[in-house]
Amino acid sequence: MSSTTYNQQDNLSNLEASNSRPRTIIGTLLTVLAFTLLGVALLPLGLVIAYVIIKGANRLNLSLFTELPPAAFQEGGGVANAIVGTLILVGIAAIISIPIGVLAAVYLSEFAPKRVARWIRFATNVLSGVPSIIVGIFAYGVIVLRTDSFSAFAGGFALAILMLPIIVRTTDEALQIVPQEVRWASVGVGASNFHTVLKIVLPAALPAIVTGTSLAIARAAGETAPLIFTALFTQFWPNGLFEPIPSLSVLIYNYATVPYDNQRELAWAASLLLVLLILLASVISRWATRKSVY
Amino acid sequence: MSSSAVNSQTDNKNRSSTEKSLDSSFIWLTRILSFLVAAVLLWIAIRVGLQAIPAIQEFGWSFMTGSSWNPPEQQYAILPMIYGTIVSSLIALLIAFPIGVACAIVLSENFLPQSVRRILVFLVELLAAIPSVVYGLWGIYVLIPFLKPIGSWLHQNLGWFPLFSTQYVGPGMLPAGIILSIMILPIITAISRDSLASLPPELRSGSYAVGSTRWQTIFSILIPAAFSGIVGGTMLALGRALGETMAATLVIGNSNALNFSVLAPANTIASLMANQFSEASGLQRDSLMYAGLILFAITLVVNIIAELIIQKVKKY
Repeated sequence: MSSTTYNQQDNLSNLEASNSRPRTIIGTLLTVLAFTLLGVALLPLGLVIAYVIIKGANRLNLSLFTELPPAAFQEGGGVANAIVGTLILVGIAAIISIPIGVLAAVYLSEFAPKRVARWIRFATNVLSGVPSIIVGIFAYGVIVLRTDSFSAFAGGFALAILMLPIIVRTTDEALQIVPQEVRWASVGVGASNFHTVLKIVLPAALPAIVTGTSLAIARAAGETAPLIFTALFTQFWPNGLFEPIPSLSVLIYNYATVPYDNQRELAWAASLLLVLLILLASVISRWATRKSVY
Repeated sequence: MSSSAVNSQTDNKNRSSTEKSLDSSFIWLTRILSFLVAAVLLWIAIRVGLQAIPAIQEFGWSFMTGSSWNPPEQQYAILPMIYGTIVSSLIALLIAFPIGVACAIVLSENFLPQSVRRILVFLVELLAAIPSVVYGLWGIYVLIPFLKPIGSWLHQNLGWFPLFSTQYVGPGMLPAGIILSIMILPIITAISRDSLASLPPELRSGSYAVGSTRWQTIFSILIPAAFSGIVGGTMLALGRALGETMAATLVIGNSNALNFSVLAPANTIASLMANQFSEASGLQRDSLMYAGLILFAITLVVNIIAELIIQKVKKY
């Protein structure tokens, strides 16, 4: 008799919340563990950015943007030719990949039968997972072997292949978010497919497309592996689209392992420039998506 | 999606013929470009395969089982690089998987207010945006010196274990695995977070209603439900780690000898290609193409499996 009342009391106390119960303690410990792991994940980001700023900032002066890279024992110098080269390479890649990517995405989201669209999306996603070095030897085979010279054009082509799946996917997703009623309204007042897409659907999706494109450009600007098979590097100013061309990323790769302090400092400064460029692209993309139409 | 729109267009008799042809040629243009994008994958496969043919004829299967890469004697085989590629990626997964999933849980559950979570998601995405060559540079001058005491300790105390049987010399498998883990973590986090966040809220409410704690819900309801998404993200991350070139090249030490110790220098297929390509010619260049074909095949299989898993998840 007395034991049953004891049990009842025990059961009642079990229902009360208490901080000393195992399940509460385990829960708290797991929460702490999860937050610690999140901290561990973000630590490298902080460290990389901090080191790039510490080691690169003291070379962040005018000559970095105006002078050519120094030879082995020379002092001073800059990475001006590599900045121009990276801009040219990314420019070529953007000119090739943006129109193709956007129009391909228009087909996927506006005109394609569901089955076809699914297969093409699948192929595009797999394409975005192809290692960049494989895209490099592909561009080497397609352009460098044919034209018999390493060239800015070959480098831009390789970067375009890498940008293409990103642009297709982000544009495709952006177009799908545009409400169906907008298309019906446009067709209802007599617009053709061409006009509906060009004047109504694409403008509505523009902010998200800008986001995808700027992320793709940022990724392309940092790519190194495909460029060592295609664009190569030179110590001098870019000399036309069908000649080897310098770039920031290959400059970092080349100067990372040299024994000369001056060139190593330039590698850090070039890293700082690339990281700043990527931060800029990320911020632009955030700002663009904030102004979404629908 | 808008097949109804296409029908209403063709029915319309009042449209001028130029407008009609403009319209249909626009649709054809987008269709061709869209198939072109898909065809690029095939084009890459054919092109890389063609470039590898001379080396395939020369070495055949023994290319993957032999372990000597010897340019002076024109003898090429890549078993050590295949081993290095797989082991460095596995080290990366071993580190990145628990951390990445933990991040996904924190960022998809309501531990933190939405605005704070949005900033953290942005920071994790930024981790993926840093160029790999910058990670490589950082790895050489910051990570490798930092790991020196840890590596020495592992060798002194666990040296009997084959994985730690050599001195820590600096560049090697361990730093490469750690750098790769940093680079693939955002992929695991992003896809796991998506699949956790897309679970129906009833699952959560139901679990809480029968008295589970938050973590009991996470471990016995949410993670099992989102499991295939998490696996898909991990496979995708594995594909990225296998093919990653620049960061690995700069920190792995580029030694073509097979060594089981993770403290010793090693090599991956991708860094072998990046290192030797500029000085290679003739059979050596063909062999690098063959190595590239093998890498392409491995990553293609991993990526296709990953995409199939992820595609299935989206039907939830």
